[in-house]
Amino acid sequence: MSTGHLLVIGAGQAGAQLVSSARELGWAGPITLVGHEPHAPYGRPPLSKAYLRGEVDAGGLALRSNAFYAEQRVELVVGDRVTHVDLAVGEAVAESGRRWTFDRLALATGAEPRRLDLEGSDLDGVVVLRDVADAAALTRRLSEVSDLVVIGGGFIGLEVAATAAATGVRATVVEAGQSLMNRVVSPDTAAVVEAEHRAAGIQVLTGTRPLRLHGDGAVRAVELEDGTELAADLVLVGIGARPRDDLARAAGLCCDGGVVVDELSLASDGRTVAVGDCANLPDPTPGAVPGRRLRLESVDNAIEQAKVAARTLTGDPRPYRSVPWFWSDQGALKLQTAGLAGADDDVVVRTGTRAGQHVALRYRGEQLVAVECVNAPADFLVVRKALATNRTLPRDVAADTGVSLKKLLR
Amino acid sequence: MTKGNTAVPKVFYTQPDGTERVVEAEAGDSVMQAAVRNGVPGILAQCGGSLSCATCHVFLDERHADDFPPVSEDEDDMLDVAATDREDNSRLSCQLVLTEGQEVHVAIPETQL
Repeated sequence: MSTGHLLVIGAGQAGAQLVSSARELGWAGPITLVGHEPHAPYGRPPLSKAYLRGEVDAGGLALRSNAFYAEQRVELVVGDRVTHVDLAVGEAVAESGRRWTFDRLALATGAEPRRLDLEGSDLDGVVVLRDVADAAALTRRLSEVSDLVVIGGGFIGLEVAATAAATGVRATVVEAGQSLMNRVVSPDTAAVVEAEHRAAGIQVLTGTRPLRLHGDGAVRAVELEDGTELAADLVLVGIGARPRDDLARAAGLCCDGGVVVDELSLASDGRTVAVGDCANLPDPTPGAVPGRRLRLESVDNAIEQAKVAARTLTGDPRPYRSVPWFWSDQGALKLQTAGLAGADDDVVVRTGTRAGQHVALRYRGEQLVAVECVNAPADFLVVRKALATNRTLPRDVAADTGVSLKKLLR
Repeated sequence: MTKGNTAVPKVFYTQPDGTERVVEAEAGDSVMQAAVRNGVPGILAQCGGSLSCATCHVFLDERHADDFPPVSEDEDDMLDVAATDREDNSRLSCQLVLTEGQEVHVAIPETQL
């Protein structure tokens, strides 16, 4: 079975991991990796940070060396987009007219940023950040502007705001929710992050939305629902992403806000695998509510789910069990979360052992379900491991900051 | 150890089973990046080098101890909780940035998770 042709569509973090893992696990046949961007697979996280600061260039983002693809006999096709897949025949057709027959197909098509649908959102200077071309354009613009308005107080928006503010650009973040990173971290952690951004000179407006954008060709201002007008010669829209599942849907695979897969990463035909941002998957958290499905947009999931898919493809299937984790470096803040907490889950805040640290443990009843850390990577690792091995920490003990988490959980 | 001015950096990775693999890196790459880009197993680097995951733990050959900046406070904290117990020569390989002509020997631990 694993002597056939494996075609992987999508050359991002998940696609690169899938071809690496499939080879490592014994896929013997040809492997083709097709990506629509004109680059070999690269890491996206630095695009909103080190790349914007000019500390790393496009080449420095590469996830694998060119030699790697040759050594691993992976045919890497960049700058071409697969537009049609016939699962019954096992054939894919690209924009260029190129065709591939395949024995197994993997979809790693990722997600694309949601756009603002408001008057003025097509003005010049209203941008998104997803790929290296976006980042290159954003870098150039940031060197020319004075007023950045970020729509959406999520990871990407806050990372860019922090990077921009550090270079002297006036930055304002507009978040519709009552706190930053709504639904991702507790209000307690959001408050810590918000205070830090304010101290760095960033204006943070929560509980308000943009109404329309003003400008004449180029954007000039953002008008909010409450009538406030914010000067803006650059607007970054960071309001989430939409899974690229069109190809899968057209091929007849079940899609529901992402390609629906099972815990082995198999799509509804039982043969195609889908991994990374494009997949709608069962919650992989140990002890998760049965039937709960979600999408996970993270490097962690791109890598771990791709490994699961590679095992499935090479005939050693093992269900995906993992504690999802995320990180976001925002200026001097290193935010890390593990586990998926809901808005109803309780928060137990510990103060870190060093200044600037913040650790929030999330509880569902007496059960530890998630952790949020600011500038406390060691505490983060300890709690993540506890979550992965289904250990808990009594709430009253957890609140005692006199005892280190390392001692409590090791 | 040999050092030249124009040679690319080389990293020698020893696996727990004793097998060694040599990778030609580029100046400015970290020991972690050189491993991941060339498919050296055992260095996971889940966070891609942002000092967030401690899955690129290596044992740095003692003879290179002074060739790199010392362990930072965060790296020190994270090494304490790495999956394989730390030793005196433990480093997170994302923090070991290579310079031209450098040759570095590291050993990869049993597990990173």
